[in-house]
Amino acid sequence: MNGGGFWHMGGYALYVWSAYGVTAVLLFLEVVQLLRRRRAVFRRLKAMHRMGIEKA
Amino acid sequence: MIPGGGSLTRYASPAAFYPLAGRLIPWFAVPAAVLGAVGLYMGLVAAPTDFRQGDAYRIMFIHVPAAWMSMWLYVVMAIYAGLGLVVKTRLSSMMAAAIAPSGALFTFIALWTGSFWGRPMWGTWWVWDARLTSELVLLFLYLGVIALAAAIDDPRRADRASGLLALVGVVNVPIIYFSVQWWNTLHQGASIKMTAAPTMGAIMFWSILVMTVAFWLLSFVTAFLRVRCIILERERHAEWAQKVVDNRA
Repeated sequence: MNGGGFWHMGGYALYVWSAYGVTAVLLFLEVVQLLRRRRAVFRRLKAMHRMGIEKA
Repeated sequence: MIPGGGSLTRYASPAAFYPLAGRLIPWFAVPAAVLGAVGLYMGLVAAPTDFRQGDAYRIMFIHVPAAWMSMWLYVVMAIYAGLGLVVKTRLSSMMAAAIAPSGALFTFIALWTGSFWGRPMWGTWWVWDARLTSELVLLFLYLGVIALAAAIDDPRRADRASGLLALVGVVNVPIIYFSVQWWNTLHQGASIKMTAAPTMGAIMFWSILVMTVAFWLLSFVTAFLRVRCIILERERHAEWAQKVVDNRA
């Protein structure tokens, strides 16, 4: 690493960290969104089941 | 169907695949996280500063893997969509639907990171070059497949329509891949070829490879998580699915 240290990225900090930061946040949020969707699916199907709407 | 594939075709039913996918998730998630951390360390710390591009070239360690994944996931999605259309296995269409959003995300990441590399290196965020344009078309194809499926209420008709679009759109993948050879573009040619030794340092090569495997493993995690949601939603009338819902505290 040339002078300025790790976070400085040799003067390209804006570009390097925008690229890495957005990638990390998006990949993380995708997993979070999927775990939330899973909980929502269970909530909805449980409610349907309780009300007997979806009984075959 | 796969001839003689008794043990394989057993998992072609959503009821059997749902628990299998659940059991498989940690086996992909843990190595994905470990390799992701290793890849980040290799790309951001261990790899030396490039003598021409400075530290901006470190963007390549996520840009190239994301671009590869965007094309690879499209091919996998199209294969599942094709199986769903021809063999009419329900799980195939569900897998195609489960892969599309992850593929779209990797396509966006490839475009985003490319843009943040292009600005300091080319002096522009965007140019209508063949490689960039065909990758943008890939993003629109993914979004089209997702939107088409979402717009049709009947799941089987939604599978057919979006599956057809996914299949037709696959012609775009070789166009992306060969665009840097077919047209005289600003985007550089492939740095890593199957047929020749890599034209870069070993640490760069391995950083990209490790990150690619990490992204690839992550795509299994997200596809399995998503397909489990889709299976439960679509099979909610089946007895096994109601049991799964009831048994959850």
